[in-house]
Amino acid sequence: MQQDKLIAELQSGNEKAFERIYELYSQSTYGIIYSIIKDTAVAEEVLQDVFIKIWNNAKSYNSDKGRFFTWVLNIARNASIDKIRSKDFKNKKLNLKSDNFVDILESKSNFFGKIDAIGLQKYIDGLGATCKSLIDLLFFKGFTQKETSEELKMPLGTVKTKNRVCIDKLRSKVLR
Amino acid sequence: MDINNYVSSGILELYVYGALPEDESTEVTRILKQYPEVKSEVEEIEKALIQLSAAVSPQNAEDLIKAIKQKLAHNPKVITMESKKSSNIPMYLGWAASLLFLIGLFLMFNKNQELRANLQALQVEKAQMETQIADARTDADKSKELLDVIRDKNIVKVPLAGQAVAPDAYATAYWDKSTNTTYIDVKDLPTPPRGMVYQVWSLQLEPLTPTSIGILDTYEEDENKIFALENTNPSEAFGITLEPAGGSKTPTMEQLYTLGVVSS
Repeated sequence: MQQDKLIAELQSGNEKAFERIYELYSQSTYGIIYSIIKDTAVAEEVLQDVFIKIWNNAKSYNSDKGRFFTWVLNIARNASIDKIRSKDFKNKKLNLKSDNFVDILESKSNFFGKIDAIGLQKYIDGLGATCKSLIDLLFFKGFTQKETSEELKMPLGTVKTKNRVCIDKLRSKVLR
Repeated sequence: MDINNYVSSGILELYVYGALPEDESTEVTRILKQYPEVKSEVEEIEKALIQLSAAVSPQNAEDLIKAIKQKLAHNPKVITMESKKSSNIPMYLGWAASLLFLIGLFLMFNKNQELRANLQALQVEKAQMETQIADARTDADKSKELLDVIRDKNIVKVPLAGQAVAPDAYATAYWDKSTNTTYIDVKDLPTPPRGMVYQVWSLQLEPLTPTSIGILDTYEEDENKIFALENTNPSEAFGITLEPAGGSKTPTMEQLYTLGVVSS
C-alpha cells in the first residue's frame, strides 16, 4: 500500500517522493545499466538520464500493466541499449570486455547497498551455468521468455520452471 | 485456482523481469491484487533482484541525485510568447473558438475514457459473480450427494477413534459395499503439518494386513473434508496415519491418528 502511495505522489510531481524512489531503485538501476554499458562514466550519464525520464514520464506508468520496478527496469535497459548503439559511444572506442553480470560480480571488490558481498560472490560462483545464462538474459538483458528459449535452445516451459529454481536459490542467499 | 501451483510455476519471476507479453502481465497484476500471498511472493522476488543488480553497480549512486535535481531545475518548463501590438479581433475570436473546441474535445475524450473504465470494472465484477455462482452450485451438488450416501441404509458407518498421538482426533468411515466406495469424513482431524499427508488404510485383522486405500493430499483445498475412496478390500477395520507427502507403502504405526473396527 505504501509503495502505491509513494508512486502516486511521484506521479503528482512530489520531489520528496522522487528522492525516495531514487534511494530505492538507483543502485540496482545503475547495476543494470553498467552490466550493458560496462563503462562507469557512461553508465553514470545514462543513470542520470534514466531518472530524469522517470521524473518526466512518471504519469505514463500504469500499475495494471506491471510492477513499478519492471517499468524502471525497461527504461534503464532501453536507454542503455540506445546508448551503445549511438554514434558518439561507438566513436569512443572503449575497451569493452564481453562480460556478463557474473564476471562483473566476480571481479569486484567494492559493493554498495546492504549486501553480503563475499557470500554473494561465492554463491554466484556455485550457481550452475544454466542459471547464470537464464538470469543474464531474462533479467539483465531483458529477453522475453520466447527469445530466451530460442537463445538457449530450451523449451519455453523449462525456461520458466528452471528460472524459478534459480531465483529461489538467489532468494535464500540474499534475503534473510 | 490453485495459488501454490500458480506461485511455483515461475510466472511471477518472468512478470518481475518484464519478460511476459502485455496481456499475460495484466492478468498476473489482476491475480496479485486478489491474493496477498502472490503479492508478497512478487515483492520477495523483486527484493532479491534489486539486491543482485545493486551488487553489480560500479559505484555508489547516492551522490548523483544532486546532479539530477540540478538538471531537472534547469529544464525550461514555461515558454513565453511575444504578443503583438496590433489588435486583431477576428483572429482572437478564431483562436478563442478553436480553444473552446479543443477543450470540448478533451472533455468528451475524458468522459469517454471514464465510461470505458467503468464498463470494464463492471465486466470484471460480472465475471467474478458468475464464478461465485458456479462454485456455489458445485458445492451444493456435492453436499446433496454426500447426504444421499449417509442416508443410504446399505452403508456401514465406522467411527474411527483418536489414538495415542492424537487422542482428540476423530473421523468416520462410511463404507458402501455395493459400489466399493468408502467415504472418509476427517473434519475433526488436525491440519497435517507441512510436507505431511494423511493416508487411509483398510485393515484385515487376522493376520494384521494393512492396504492403502488413499492419500488425502487435497486435504487443505477440500472444504467439507469428506473424501470418496475406492475400496475393494474385505475390510475389518479402518485406520488413518500421518505420512510424508506422497504417502508410504506401509503405515507408520507411531503416527496412527485414528482407528475403528467394522462392527457386524
